[in-house]
Amino acid sequence: MAERSFAVEVEQLRRGSGETLHVEGILAVTKALLQSGVAYVGGYQGAPISHLMDVLGDAQPILEELGVYFENSASEATAAAMLAASVHYPLRGAVTFKSTVGLNVASDALANLSSGGVLGGALIILGEDYGEGSSIMQERAHAFAMKSQMWLLDPRPNVSAIVDAVETGFELSEASNTPVMLDLRLRSCHLHGSFVAKDNRRPAVSVAQALEHPKRDVGRIVLPPASFVHEQEKINERWPAAVRFIKERGLNETINDDAADVGIITQGGLYNTLNRSLELLGCSDAFGNTTVPLYVMNVTYPVVEDEIIDFCRGKRAVLLVEEGQPDYIEQNLNTILRRNGVETALHGKDLLPVAGEYTSAAVTKGVAEFLRLVLPDAIQHEPALLRDREDPASPFATRVAAEVVQPRPPGLCTGCPERPIFSGMKLAERETGEHHVSADIGCHLFAINAPFELGATTMGYGLGSAGGAALSGPGAGRRTVAFMGDGGFWHNGLTSGVGNAVFNKSDQLLVVVDNAYAAATGGQDLLSSKAETPTRSTQHPIEKAARGVGVEWSKTIDDTFDVGRVRDTFIDALTTEDKGPKVLVMQSECQLNRQRRVKPEMRQALKEGKRVTRERFGVDPETCTGDHACIRISGCPSLTITSNPDPMRTHPIATVLDSCVGCGVCGANAHAAVLCPSFYRSDVVHNPTAGDKVRARVRGWWMKRASARLEGHAARFEAA
Amino acid sequence: MSSWADGRRPVTLAILALGGEGGGVLADWVVAAAEGAGYRAQNTSVAGVAQRTGATVYYVELFPPARGASPNGTGSVRDEPIMSIFPTPGEVDIVITSELMECGRAVQRGFATPDRTTLITSTNRVYSIDEKMALGDGRVDDDELLAAAQRASKRLIAADFAAIAESADSVISASLLGALAGSGALELTREQFEAPIRAFGRSVEPSLAAFAGGFDASGAPERNGGATPDSAGTPALSVTHQPGSGRTQESAKATGERRRNEVAATDPASLVGPELRELAERTRGMPAAARSMILHGLVRTGVYQDLPYAERYLDRVARFAEVEPDRDGAARLTVEAARHIALWMCYQDTIHVALQKTRRARMERVRTEAKAQRNQLLEVREFLHPQIDEITDTLPTALGATLRRSKAFQRLVERVTHKGLILNTTSVFGYTLLATMARCRPLRPRSLRFGREQAAIEQWIEQALAAATSDGELGREVVQCQEVLKGYGATWAHGSESFAKLMTAARKLEGAPDAAERLAALRAAALADEDGAKLDSELRSAALVS
Repeated sequence: MAERSFAVEVEQLRRGSGETLHVEGILAVTKALLQSGVAYVGGYQGAPISHLMDVLGDAQPILEELGVYFENSASEATAAAMLAASVHYPLRGAVTFKSTVGLNVASDALANLSSGGVLGGALIILGEDYGEGSSIMQERAHAFAMKSQMWLLDPRPNVSAIVDAVETGFELSEASNTPVMLDLRLRSCHLHGSFVAKDNRRPAVSVAQALEHPKRDVGRIVLPPASFVHEQEKINERWPAAVRFIKERGLNETINDDAADVGIITQGGLYNTLNRSLELLGCSDAFGNTTVPLYVMNVTYPVVEDEIIDFCRGKRAVLLVEEGQPDYIEQNLNTILRRNGVETALHGKDLLPVAGEYTSAAVTKGVAEFLRLVLPDAIQHEPALLRDREDPASPFATRVAAEVVQPRPPGLCTGCPERPIFSGMKLAERETGEHHVSADIGCHLFAINAPFELGATTMGYGLGSAGGAALSGPGAGRRTVAFMGDGGFWHNGLTSGVGNAVFNKSDQLLVVVDNAYAAATGGQDLLSSKAETPTRSTQHPIEKAARGVGVEWSKTIDDTFDVGRVRDTFIDALTTEDKGPKVLVMQSECQLNRQRRVKPEMRQALKEGKRVTRERFGVDPETCTGDHACIRISGCPSLTITSNPDPMRTHPIATVLDSCVGCGVCGANAHAAVLCPSFYRSDVVHNPTAGDKVRARVRGWWMKRASARLEGHAARFEAA
Repeated sequence: MSSWADGRRPVTLAILALGGEGGGVLADWVVAAAEGAGYRAQNTSVAGVAQRTGATVYYVELFPPARGASPNGTGSVRDEPIMSIFPTPGEVDIVITSELMECGRAVQRGFATPDRTTLITSTNRVYSIDEKMALGDGRVDDDELLAAAQRASKRLIAADFAAIAESADSVISASLLGALAGSGALELTREQFEAPIRAFGRSVEPSLAAFAGGFDASGAPERNGGATPDSAGTPALSVTHQPGSGRTQESAKATGERRRNEVAATDPASLVGPELRELAERTRGMPAAARSMILHGLVRTGVYQDLPYAERYLDRVARFAEVEPDRDGAARLTVEAARHIALWMCYQDTIHVALQKTRRARMERVRTEAKAQRNQLLEVREFLHPQIDEITDTLPTALGATLRRSKAFQRLVERVTHKGLILNTTSVFGYTLLATMARCRPLRPRSLRFGREQAAIEQWIEQALAAATSDGELGREVVQCQEVLKGYGATWAHGSESFAKLMTAARKLEGAPDAAERLAALRAAALADEDGAKLDSELRSAALVS
């Protein structure tokens, strides 16, 4: 069960022609796929397109009605390889994953796919995880388009434009026998907007129909001599066909070409940002009526040479707004202009930032500089952000002392079952000394931050074990600890990590964090999920898989909240004389998902009058001396500080917020780390049984009696 | 043409919240409300891992129906307004922040600016990990954050919207939406704002209650008269109650102390129990500003042990009062001596913890915190981990020393407490056990630890007094060094080490002109980390190592 349910929203996918849909970008993409007659869909979740996979999952009944096959691919490589179905059959297929990490994983399949080419439309929907909010290395999908010759659509961040791009993407793919990538920028995926729907279309040819008559064509298989023919085809047939289609359909836009003898070329995805900059400078309005000519590249690869020449010729200077680096398009344009003897001065990353996200502020500054240089009269207004930082009217003038605004990196949620794993490891290290930790991708990577500060490198999804390979040989001495999530384990870690460690007789300790979901990407199910779902096969134990590839030493801890046991197991695994890789599977359910599961059950039980116990933790303010040792081995958002109510003490004390879910880490930590006696757990019993009521009365009576002497002693000293 | 500067532009709204706080829900509600009122709306956010409790920005653009369709009719490039997906620094009309440090971030990033922005912020604090991890008080200055909010807004609406939501048993997104409605920054009616909450379907009543609380707290006068928000009559600033703020709590504490001092000036005995009245009268001869603290100390030491122990406390404090350089002023030397002597004399041993756990007031407090009804069964479980040292330290000296050496006893304790002890205080057995332990008070003066602590206290007092005779400030600093002695087990042991280093340094600093200042810096260094690295490096660089 995914973190966010789209069960209600997906009903909108049934809407028909002419209706206006107010939806999020990802839902619009799904609707566009159905309007395009897609035959099969796959993908691997990851921000910012996680929700696209969730929407597709929740839309399964609708997909089935239309005869569309959908699968949750094991990895991006799996998803990309799935597009092989469009090589011989006229099937439209779409896959989705995050970029550029997903493209890295998928690029073997994609290179093969684009070499042989496709018959049916093949669309790869990319969630470009670049800029603020991104969790990966900052690279561009553009490079993959260039290296494998796949077309790259970069539509304006507008829901209608994105829907159009999906539909034309399939057509472009079919017209040029080339896979097409659709780049959705991070903010576009979560864009809320509206578009006018069309009717859904059943695939023209279904998977079942295609398989009635299996086809093969050795000319489409990547093996010499066909592979050499493919390269020629790409250049001599597919490229010209694509350019023809793009021009005929007017996918790129030239706007107000005669307004001036200078112009701006932009990637489609940056069009809204650019128009805002022009508005701020008084060169355009909210409806795009610009006084500076624009050429909008809704297709950023291939670059349409004729259109570039037409736009630039007769202009003194042109600015290219191209986000990220290297400056592939700028290099491309320079080649085009020089080869064709066009004298127009081309500006780009000389005026705009060479690296980093093209925010509204960055683009406005660059455009202002360009216009000042070539068309100063165009600037009708100077927005405040252009002012000098020292100017008190600048939005960036110092209005808040830097030290009071502290970084707030993402961290483990309240009740996260991964927290006690790291608490336990920290405590184990007090006895074994520090170890090299090879981290992986997933929520567990947050352990690199305070308060745990565990983890030295992360090499990619499922590569935690492999990342420690060189440091885990038989002669390495101090044992390396590798982390991996259940998601990474099934994505590739089982082979690239565990199998590799077994084969190479590695001495590594591998910790597999098994929280029953792909938690970091939004709680999707996977092979080892506990849940039973009608459409997927689950409950395949990780330890069994590890043993299956030859691991001898493996333990599964089924309750990570037992910090003492986690610590002792770590010590055991770090000190055992046994040879070969040690695999610890640490199991406990992701708390976000657990709460979503448990809360309604509890509400129901309460309503039905069943006995329900509500647990939460607390800190005694008298007993807490405010040293915050408990926080330093936890970092739980619900465990925080508050002013010391004691008039004599000054330092803030620890306190537990109402958001506490009663996971028990506080208490377990207090025990395992021998902290302090301040923590308590309170259990409130709702709908008590007769026995409970009797117990409450007896205890109340006894406590009153037994405390009489103590209270009497205190009353002699305390003011009434 | 400058359409933007002339106001033909969308209303821009940024929401800064922590992942999981409901900033996305708030943005969705704003969009739905605005669409209901005929606006064109767009909403973006950066999702992904940033949403796991990290700082997150949601951005909304709303194009009002009044600002019309495209100027050139169908001749425009686009039929619908082009919305930006980024907030532009200096161009954000409304900023809503769910917490005070996130408000500071909105100011730092240039989203909130004094020429334009209606800034709606909750004044509650969600402390950052750095603030929480400090060994002492690592909290940043709330006042500076609030002052920054004022400096960076055209209009500021600040209130504890988290508390408002909580009192309605709802979430902050609802109270903040109410505040936005009440601010009048958007030309929508209250009903239009409430519509998406009603349509949301879940927890409608609590959400509407929180909405109403937020609406009222926004300081909105009755807006039915049609006054526009930016007209001259509207207050530029409304800061309402902020009980969540650490500074507010601290200042309430200071006010309480001032009041007690006023009482202590005329009737000190009224602030203590019957047995301490005579001792309380003795405070009349002591600096007025220190009396409340001394009376706190008397009660504390009396409850901790007995009357003679309280008297011993008073004698100790009196020695500082005699050398107080600022008798008629703040008397900081005496105040701090009264504070720290009491805290040290009431060190947290097993007997005292047992007493704290069994007090009636404590059980009542737990009940309130757990939101348990009077007649509801409540179980309270303690997480105890008595160490062998803690047990033998509590016993009479000879017995303690013998048991400490006994292998059999060590094994027994190890077996019982290795995994820690979870004790149900609310059970007859658990309560009896703790209450019995709490009544072992008479054993304490004969214990190993008692002797050790008293000797250390005496030594510290002598050193502080010696310093105070020549340098009052240094004397007070020596007294305040007691604050590094805190925690239990390893934390306490580490504190003791730091304390010893500070005392050595203090001796070396005596006579130096800036001795007090330097010792204060070293004390801060001792609380900077858990392994003492900062203190050691500062001691080395100041050549103050013993």
